Amino acid sequence: MSSVQNAAADARPAAGPAGRAGGVATGTADRSGAAVSLRGLTRIFGDVRALDGFDLDITPGELVALLGPSGCGKTTALRVLAGFERPDAGTVTVDGVDISRVPVDRRDMGMVFQSYSLFPTMNALDNVAFGLRMRHQPARQRRARAQELLDLVGLPELARRYPHQMSGGQQQRVALARALAIEPRVLLLDEPLSALDAKVREQLRDEIRRLQLSLGITTVFVTHDQEEALSLADRVGVMRSGILEQCAPPAELYGRPATPFVASFVGTMNRLPGVVEAGGRVTVDGRVLPVDGVVPAAGTVVDVLIRPEALEIEAAADGASVVVVTTFRGGSTRLTVRSDAGAELAVDVPTHRATELAAGVRVRVVPSPRPVLVETRAPS
Amino acid sequence: MNGQHGLRTRLTRIGVLLFAGAYFALPIVSSFLFSIKDNQANVWTAKYYTGIVGAEGFWPSLRTSLMMAVLVIGISLALMLPTMLVVHLRHPKVRQLVELVTLLPLVIPPIVLVVGVRTVLGWGPDYFAGTPTAAFLSGIQDTNLPWVLVLTYVVLAMPFTYRSLDAGLRAIDLHTQVEAARNLGAGWGTVLTRIAAPGLRGALLNASFLAFALVIGEYTIASILLFTPFPVWLVALGLDHAQLSVSVSVLSLFLTWLALLSISVIGSRGGRSATLRSV
Repeated sequence: MSSVQNAAADARPAAGPAGRAGGVATGTADRSGAAVSLRGLTRIFGDVRALDGFDLDITPGELVALLGPSGCGKTTALRVLAGFERPDAGTVTVDGVDISRVPVDRRDMGMVFQSYSLFPTMNALDNVAFGLRMRHQPARQRRARAQELLDLVGLPELARRYPHQMSGGQQQRVALARALAIEPRVLLLDEPLSALDAKVREQLRDEIRRLQLSLGITTVFVTHDQEEALSLADRVGVMRSGILEQCAPPAELYGRPATPFVASFVGTMNRLPGVVEAGGRVTVDGRVLPVDGVVPAAGTVVDVLIRPEALEIEAAADGASVVVVTTFRGGSTRLTVRSDAGAELAVDVPTHRATELAAGVRVRVVPSPRPVLVETRAPS
Repeated sequence: MNGQHGLRTRLTRIGVLLFAGAYFALPIVSSFLFSIKDNQANVWTAKYYTGIVGAEGFWPSLRTSLMMAVLVIGISLALMLPTMLVVHLRHPKVRQLVELVTLLPLVIPPIVLVVGVRTVLGWGPDYFAGTPTAAFLSGIQDTNLPWVLVLTYVVLAMPFTYRSLDAGLRAIDLHTQVEAARNLGAGWGTVLTRIAAPGLRGALLNASFLAFALVIGEYTIASILLFTPFPVWLVALGLDHAQLSVSVSVLSLFLTWLALLSISVIGSRGGRSATLRSV
């Protein structure tokens, strides 16, 4: 469990940031989130298949991040779930009920958008209360509830401010409060942090996770930032060309990627030339390693995919590589190593070892004896 | 050297400003002075202003023009706002086509338009005699409220309404706001009245003002179709009572400025205090 998750779990039984906020958290924490199932979703725009038989099951209270390169279909998947797009094929079910044909205004899903979406002619309180007004709640109740939500997101004093009088981070907090005010069955977050600067992004990311855990609300978070996805989500779904390549907890996604695309997309991956041996093994740099996942036929020339931390490195005068760049990254240091053949590799070492492996030092690099993914090398 | 150059630039600016100011101010000041001078008695007087309300035909013509203005504004916005929203939100590809259509009233001379209208009004009631169309064609020529002028002015106001709304829509991220409102449970009616219209307050006011100015100032079509709204009355008045006519013109100009100022104040305030009570 991450530190954020720990903090949120610790905060759960206690009051929230303010006394009234605690009331909100308690009031909705009993509610378990909804189970969401997306089955065979297909959405075609002209010649582009934005979703191509997309499947995803989300358990109640889970936070799933959809991650992928631009145009992979992650936002389309979210918009289909929200009801903004109607799928050409496939179904969307929430708690077992098919809502594929339910219009967007009747889906009870709270959404936070990438661009600031607050209504500019309403102040923060009115913005948060808007959804409650649409549900015909009495004025006094919705004002009180809106104020509680503003307390919950840590902005009790900004109730009378208009969007143009707030910073980007404050606007997104109000947007989050607005989405939560209607007690949605599912919370949808469409890259809500991408327009914010790094520090505010990190703070709001933690805030989202804390609220999501304390309210127990099923959440789908779309992002192209893998650090954001890996640090925030219970599971991360990596998408490519409208399909879900893999959906797994962050550690599994990083440590045991299901496909070469996931391996390359999540984190840094080195590609070393190798040849597949009989018995599900591959020879790389003279070392024989077990192959994880699909094994090509013996004799196939492949790229062997190895993480920077799965390479062993030592200074050696007769080594076939030389360190060209060292990048300090806190506890670890990344070394960029160039072989005599011209290939470059990224190698992570504990920072205390970096002094002996400075730029210009000749080194020997060998892969750790762990199972590796391989990808058949395309003929050049 | 630099000092001399700066002085010359400043003098040029002041000169241009004085020239432009004089260009606009001289006719207005001259008109005003003309309207407060009793030439026969050679004294200053306010009788041409106090006499406006008692002038024959003033109230009926003003009432007709104001009613037409309200109707033109209402019909123009009722037609154009939903159209523009649909175009911007759903069918952005047809925006150019809509823009082209709205430009037609600027391309087609008003005289051509009015000749067409007059021809239809001339033969229509006889041709369709005994049918609801004939009754309609007769009904829209009521002199107290000439609907035919209202409908014609709606067409003439289209380019101005379109441009005002288009500028307003481009200035805000309405797409996201509409989606946010829909996501929170708002129907399309609510989106139109609570999200789009308040967000486009400035654009709607501009469009309304331009339509108002068009109706209050349009002479050619009304005159050819033999109606007597305010501008036609004003020209007729000028033939017999030049100073009274000019006093009405000066007053109209002043009221128009006042309307512009009001729009500017209301637009910049954004009606924020009003929405405090909306929750």
